Amino acid sequence: MSTSVDVTLSVNGERVARRVEARRHLVDFLRLDLGLTGTHTGCEHGVCGACTVRVDGVIVRGCLVLAASLDGATVETIEGLTESGEIADLQTAFVERNAAQCGFCTPAMLLTAADLLSAAARDGAVPSREAIREHIAGNYCRCTGYHAIVDAIETVATARAGKGRS
Amino acid sequence: MNDIVDPRSLDRPNSYIGRSVPRPNIRKLVEGAARYVDDVILPRMLHAAFVRSPHPHARIVRIDVSAALSIPGVVKAFTGADLAPHCEPWVAVLAHLKGMKSAPQRPLPLDVATWAGEAIVAVVAETRALAEDAAARVVVDYEPLPAVTDMETALDPATPVIHADLGDNLVFERTNESGDVEAAFRTAHKVVSATFHTGRHTGVTLEPRSILADFNRATGQLVVHHSTQAPHMIRDVLARHLRLPEADVRVICGDVGGSYGIKVHVYPDEMAVAVIAKLMGRPVKFIADRLESFSSDIHARDHRIEGRLAVDAAGRILAFDIDDLTGIGPYSVYPRTSAVEGNQVVNLIGGPYDFAHYRARTTVVLQNKTPTCQYRAVGHPIATAVTEGLVDLAAEALGMDPLDFRLKNLMADGSYPRTSPAGMKFEGLSHVESLEALRKMIDYPALRADQVAARARGIHRGIGFASFIELTNPSPFMYGIGGARISAQDGCTVRIDPDGTVLAATGVTEQGQGTEAIIAQIVAEAVGVPMSSVRVVTGDTLATPYGGGTWACRGAGIGGEAALRAGRATKEAALVVAGSMLQAAPDTLDIVMGNIVDRAGGAVRMPLSELGRIVYFRGDTLPAELPRELMQTRHFITTQFPFAFTNGIQASWLEVDIDTGMVNLLKHWCVEDCGRVINPMLVDEQVRGGVVQGIGGALYEHCVYSPDGHLLMGSMADYLTPMAAEMPDIEVGHVETPTRESALGAKGAGEAGTAGAPAAIMNAINDALRPLGARVFAQPFTPARILAALGRIPTETA
Repeated sequence: MSTSVDVTLSVNGERVARRVEARRHLVDFLRLDLGLTGTHTGCEHGVCGACTVRVDGVIVRGCLVLAASLDGATVETIEGLTESGEIADLQTAFVERNAAQCGFCTPAMLLTAADLLSAAARDGAVPSREAIREHIAGNYCRCTGYHAIVDAIETVATARAGKGRS
Repeated sequence: MNDIVDPRSLDRPNSYIGRSVPRPNIRKLVEGAARYVDDVILPRMLHAAFVRSPHPHARIVRIDVSAALSIPGVVKAFTGADLAPHCEPWVAVLAHLKGMKSAPQRPLPLDVATWAGEAIVAVVAETRALAEDAAARVVVDYEPLPAVTDMETALDPATPVIHADLGDNLVFERTNESGDVEAAFRTAHKVVSATFHTGRHTGVTLEPRSILADFNRATGQLVVHHSTQAPHMIRDVLARHLRLPEADVRVICGDVGGSYGIKVHVYPDEMAVAVIAKLMGRPVKFIADRLESFSSDIHARDHRIEGRLAVDAAGRILAFDIDDLTGIGPYSVYPRTSAVEGNQVVNLIGGPYDFAHYRARTTVVLQNKTPTCQYRAVGHPIATAVTEGLVDLAAEALGMDPLDFRLKNLMADGSYPRTSPAGMKFEGLSHVESLEALRKMIDYPALRADQVAARARGIHRGIGFASFIELTNPSPFMYGIGGARISAQDGCTVRIDPDGTVLAATGVTEQGQGTEAIIAQIVAEAVGVPMSSVRVVTGDTLATPYGGGTWACRGAGIGGEAALRAGRATKEAALVVAGSMLQAAPDTLDIVMGNIVDRAGGAVRMPLSELGRIVYFRGDTLPAELPRELMQTRHFITTQFPFAFTNGIQASWLEVDIDTGMVNLLKHWCVEDCGRVINPMLVDEQVRGGVVQGIGGALYEHCVYSPDGHLLMGSMADYLTPMAAEMPDIEVGHVETPTRESALGAKGAGEAGTAGAPAAIMNAINDALRPLGARVFAQPFTPARILAALGRIPTETA
């Protein structure tokens, strides 16, 4: 039915080697093979964004990437970003602003927001609310109505820009 | 000690009621450390997948599972006949909805499939992927039957009857009438009318429906991990229908990835999983995929409403006359039933206004489509759209400003308690104060000036208003009196532990609203400890008092009051012990920030942890007869009013592109009165989330069916949900009219946003289109429908 493939890759800084079914997508690989349940499946057809993770520094939809294609890749998930402290300020802003309700979209929303914030830092600019809304427009959140999420990202963007100048 | 909660106490230590504090349980969400049902893995766990009917209506002729079972790793397959002997069928009716009828439903149907997407065969395998492989190999021979799809003709003699035993496709009908409607319309100065449609749509919880059922044959216990809003109700249903003692069923509800009413119902596929787990004696997990969600989660709001409104020459509303028709799919959904939405429509129309003559009829019919049932704000968005649409038409007919017309007709703020022409009892509302607060927030004259200036540039902007009422804190009048085993009461247990920390176990549940936060706030204030000392337990029928869970905006009002009373009782009990230890009268002592203090002067006498140490480890040093009850449980149920109504008003400011038909949302406002606000930040976020959910139904979301009953959407690419780029910023304001039924004074806040948003959007679009002579009344207001209304494309293409 389906063939298996050997892959060795880095996940959150740890080297992992596994034999995976060719059809296994990255989210199932993370959740079922590695027990990293912070990444969620919402639609499994690339629309809702709940499975967003970082592969080789770029955010991707984990449900549209096959684990078998990731030999040699570097994968980062919410667990890894939490551990490294890279998005600690963003996570705190989400907590303080109540930018998460049920939390199912939250890890992916944070990865998408972090992506915008690093691009903004490179450009030395604070993104407008419209630009924030545009950037997270591929991450579905049913609970918040997005306003609080935009507030939290805007707060961090402004704070980081302030730090950069001082 | 049992005073009404006074928010002026905010300047005191450990005063949390009324304060915007972050949710203690949110950190796990932002770190990816939450635990949803799919994150739970048990030894020997199997995975279920379902073969679903491709036909809207078909006889099941033959089922062959042999090819499926030949796949290694596939363990078993079950048909309706396999499961039927092990599960009592259910019939979803309520006795107080007179004449209501529905057919018996089973985990899997025996002979006939009645909607496209209905589960027909279950396959269990070692992995979900294998179970799906196997499901694809199950052969089901169907004999297609004519499908009932158009609710307008569902009762025609020529239309097939879906369940022969019922005699026809009528589920329920009711006319709610008072005054003399005919006379009011005969003598009216003006009569306005319109036909409204609300589009069938669904909840799209990001976490799909999820269940993991585990039956232990040795103990006879069924443990079910379930993404649900009502653990005790699900436990009751599982016990009765699987013929188990209620005490042998435990429902555990961990983190829930969105619910909005979708997860408060009994789903046949989830019942099948529980039955299979019991039959196999091992854990079985089922997580719906997105297509299964679209075709088997409940849908809602498939209504056509004809409405008329009569006004006199002075601009006073005389009468509403309403005819509502709704199609609910082939079965009423258990145990809340699918007649409640229509029933709410005929109870809520005209709700904010002072008038005398009322007639509203609802007709609830069967169809071969996905079953519909209660979804966030049940009936309110429909009733509000009809009411506020007619109100705007009346204002226009009279040449009056829509806000002025509302002011003239809203129930006066000092006029409560009173009963509406629809029979709704209002304890105290603030329509006028809310409207005035909104008028200030939006800077109405500036918006109107901007509208005129934009119009001159060929840009069509509109502002729309929607006053609304919302039913919260339901008593047994909602379900219990109809025979449904749904608790309107809820409870809370508060326990002081030896180190002075406090546990609070509540029957209400958390789905992201902030239930655990507000319970912690209330208990911390009631006991007198810092909020950081309180831990809240929810969602486990083994660990929490019996209660209804979280739905119909009852968490804060009912669960919160139980928590307040349990917290106060625990404090009183602690002070009895403290009084004995300190040789002081208990009423001269208090607990503040975790310390026993003198009530007068506030001098610290000892930490609560010292009291805990003595009670639990050195009880020998206390007088033998001294009660040392540091754990107290209290329950609360409302008794004076069937519901605690809230009220508010929303405004939408938007732009319609008359070349593309696209609606661009510029800003949205809501002023809400949910009584005592426990955590303003959380209430604001409930309102904002609710508004956007309402906007979804108004502009984008639609479960589209072909004329022969096939669901034409099945992915999030063709069922559009609100995304961040299209949504506006939303400003929220508050008026506080606490309910006097409780010391806390809180009413519900979770559905107000959804109740009013579609009406505000519709009125804003029609305000923008008014000079062009176009109007829309059929949700969702898609570009095609707007272009058709403008005469730019033929109506049939919309």
